[in-house]
Amino acid sequence: MQLSDLPAALDLSIIQDQYEDCELRGAYTSDLLSDVMANADDVDVLITIQSHKNTVAVTTLVGATVILVCNNRPVPDDMVEAARGESVGIFRSSRSQFEISGELYRLLASP
Amino acid sequence: MSRGGPIPIDTDAPSPLITELIYRLKVRDVMTRELKTCTVEDSIRDAQQTMKENGVTGIPVVSDSRLLGIVSMDDVIRALEDGRIDQPVPHYMTRSVIVLEDDMPLSFGISYMEKYRYGRFPVLDAGKNLVGIVTSRDIIIALLLEINKEVQRFEDTTRQAETDGRGFRLEYTTRKFDFEMAGRLSTETKKLLKDRNLPPKIMRRVAVATYELEMNQVVHSVGGTVRVTFEPDNHEVKIVAQDNGPGIENVEDALDEGFSTANEWIRSLGFGAGMGLPNTRRVSDSFDISSSPEGTLVRATIHIPMEEPDAAL
Repeated sequence: MQLSDLPAALDLSIIQDQYEDCELRGAYTSDLLSDVMANADDVDVLITIQSHKNTVAVTTLVGATVILVCNNRPVPDDMVEAARGESVGIFRSSRSQFEISGELYRLLASP
Repeated sequence: MSRGGPIPIDTDAPSPLITELIYRLKVRDVMTRELKTCTVEDSIRDAQQTMKENGVTGIPVVSDSRLLGIVSMDDVIRALEDGRIDQPVPHYMTRSVIVLEDDMPLSFGISYMEKYRYGRFPVLDAGKNLVGIVTSRDIIIALLLEINKEVQRFEDTTRQAETDGRGFRLEYTTRKFDFEMAGRLSTETKKLLKDRNLPPKIMRRVAVATYELEMNQVVHSVGGTVRVTFEPDNHEVKIVAQDNGPGIENVEDALDEGFSTANEWIRSLGFGAGMGLPNTRRVSDSFDISSSPEGTLVRATIHIPMEEPDAAL
């Protein structure tokens, strides 16, 4: 599954689409950026409700490519701008982190 | 006369930088010196023609360099309505003109714009000669240019960088609660290390340590500096974070994961969970911290495996 398949698979809206597409290895779910820095390893997607410019910095820092904002949380303009500058994609869903994580986990686990 | 909108600067209590700027700049620093004028012999039609050619909506009426009045678009329209557009300007010009002196601070000019709502103010020198004209556009342009200079000066003092072959030394100054600036050092560091083909795991450890240390200063201290030094010959990246207080009450507690003194607001930004120092220590090969009310000093070093950077070259 490619990163670019995610919006269709999980019914996501695309907020920022300038990123480098790749084969999806995994995701990490957390709203605590220090926790993301400590524990998100070899993942491409960060599932969070933390929509802030700092989230972009942390995402690049751990080498992930896409931020998936849950609960339709508003995404500030400066975050979108920072994401574009760093080639970090931003997707958004009306569903919770729990639902999105569960569904994505199932998708990745199925052959 | 055409009305200029008020300039949205509170001249009573603006920011210290703007206060300094609007007092430091004189009216003569912002005024337009190339004047389009007309004389008492010109007709209203002549004045209107001059305005049209120069894209302005009002021009001073002068005799030698003495200001006698101003003809504005409103005056032209009045003359048109009366069917007397070929009359000499003195019949229609505005005689009671509010003027500025070239030596006045810009703050006066801004207050006048607010108070009188005219689109332009003629400027006289000490000898009462007309030397320029000021519009709100002139003020805005001058302020933007000055603010731009100040920002550049600020950025220069915030960031210092030196490169020496493959090695580099990068230093950023942090300020309390300046979340916008925090993260810039780690982002730049990461880019520099990437250019030098360091292993991704090493880059990430360095980035985590610098980001956490920057965040710690922004969240907890009154401000300080974080410095990253890459010494290829020593195969290490050194990070030194030094702030100016108020210090950590109990360093042992601060190194415990989950211990935090951050407030709700910081937590709502995804920080302040008490993971900063533990995270930094975890990614570092050597780590030491000392703290007093005068400030906190953290030194973290990350070793670069000898063969890897060369292998990657």
